Amino acid sequence: MKIIGIIIGLFLLISAIVILPRVNNVPKLDEEVKSYAAQLDNQYKRRADLVPNLVATVKGYASHEKDVLTQVTEARAKVGQMTLTPEVLNNPEAFKAYEQAQDGLSSALSRLMVVVENYPELKANENFLNLQAQLEGTENRIAVARKDYIEAVKRYNLELRTIPGKWVAAILYPDAKVKQNFSASPADQAVPKVTF
Amino acid sequence: MPLLKSLLVLVLLIGGLYGEPKFPSLNNSRIVDEASLFDSSQKSILEQKLAAYEHNSSNQIVIVTLKSLDGYDISDYGYQLGRHWGIGQTKKNNGVLLIIAPNERKVRIEVGYGLEGALNDATANTIIQKDILPFFKTGNYYEGTSKGIDSIIKVTKGEYTSEPKETIDDGSIFKFLMPVLFLFIMISNIFFKKGTTRKSNIIPSLVSSGVAGIISWIMFAIIPISIAIAVIIFLIVLFGHLSPLSSYNSRSGGDFGGFSSGGGSFGGFSGGGGSFGGGGASGSW
Repeated sequence: MKIIGIIIGLFLLISAIVILPRVNNVPKLDEEVKSYAAQLDNQYKRRADLVPNLVATVKGYASHEKDVLTQVTEARAKVGQMTLTPEVLNNPEAFKAYEQAQDGLSSALSRLMVVVENYPELKANENFLNLQAQLEGTENRIAVARKDYIEAVKRYNLELRTIPGKWVAAILYPDAKVKQNFSASPADQAVPKVTF
Repeated sequence: MPLLKSLLVLVLLIGGLYGEPKFPSLNNSRIVDEASLFDSSQKSILEQKLAAYEHNSSNQIVIVTLKSLDGYDISDYGYQLGRHWGIGQTKKNNGVLLIIAPNERKVRIEVGYGLEGALNDATANTIIQKDILPFFKTGNYYEGTSKGIDSIIKVTKGEYTSEPKETIDDGSIFKFLMPVLFLFIMISNIFFKKGTTRKSNIIPSLVSSGVAGIISWIMFAIIPISIAIAVIIFLIVLFGHLSPLSSYNSRSGGDFGGFSSGGGSFGGFSGGGGSFGGGGASGSW
């Protein structure tokens, strides 16, 4: 009898050690994902804010590149209506739409930056050079924020899908759902490589 | 208890899961010259300049020269290196890295979150184009670096001021733990009148160590410490035939002494824990 008691006690102790530290993991990781999503959304917004200025500057030197300029403006308009809210994070379609809109702007901008190569006067313009540097920096920040977000979602989803966390979530957080993540590679290729 | 052991190992392993490039070690220095671009007198001039600047402003600037970027994009490498070293102070994130990869002919100014306002991407780009690259093109790495650093200092000056260095007392958490340990030994002795044999002590030991582990976890939220406390309590109650007070006292000296070492190293240089988000600019020549 004593031995059974010891075994039960040990079992309880070990399961307490395993499970208790994880009780708060789901909300903690959830908040982490949200904050990284907000950061990413900020960076995307920052890029969108750069676009009108950039388009205006390019127009001054290359007004007959209408196609590309319209594409950029349209893509910018689409992006302007979207925000990466917590609801979007849990909704596969809305998330996909957000990702596609941002990727659309990425590729439109990269096309614009290729076209710009043909205008040496524009490339000598101080204002344009500043905008170009800002755009490059922002694209880089987006890449970083995106990576951070992907890692955070990975941690969150892993917690929900693997064993002790899964049990804890089933008991305490039945509403917790696996979150949407970016498809890592194609968008990374769409980031414009601006060379000087 | 092999299960407990493997759990401990698992906890320790979790930190090292994410892959990143191989980084050079900081080596207590503000100039990490892997590519050997500077001679020792140049290094010491730069080092002094940067040390004096950190002393006045708390901004940390580090110069890194790399033999190779290992196939990484310099901007991808840069922010990860900055995070890895933790350049900049924790709350200010006011670190700057000047990364030079002469073999790839790439240079980058990597700016921590906190300095992105003063040293924005356009300014960083101007510094690279006007101060650094003209010299790098002629192979004069020292002059370019020195000019670049001067400009970085000029624009980031006044963004932060230095505060007296906080002394972080590593021993504080263990001082805090002592009363907790003590309390539980007391409680376990009051509620569970000691049995005469070791066997009859097992259940009370388990109970009190479990409770102690849980409570300490709630207090500190640090799993290894809670486990350690639970184990210690278990052993103390199980083998504590002596008075609880004396066993507490005899342990307190030796067991925790080791943890309090390794406090702040004031002589050398180390990152303050700042973080990076990819701000800055790159250039090539």
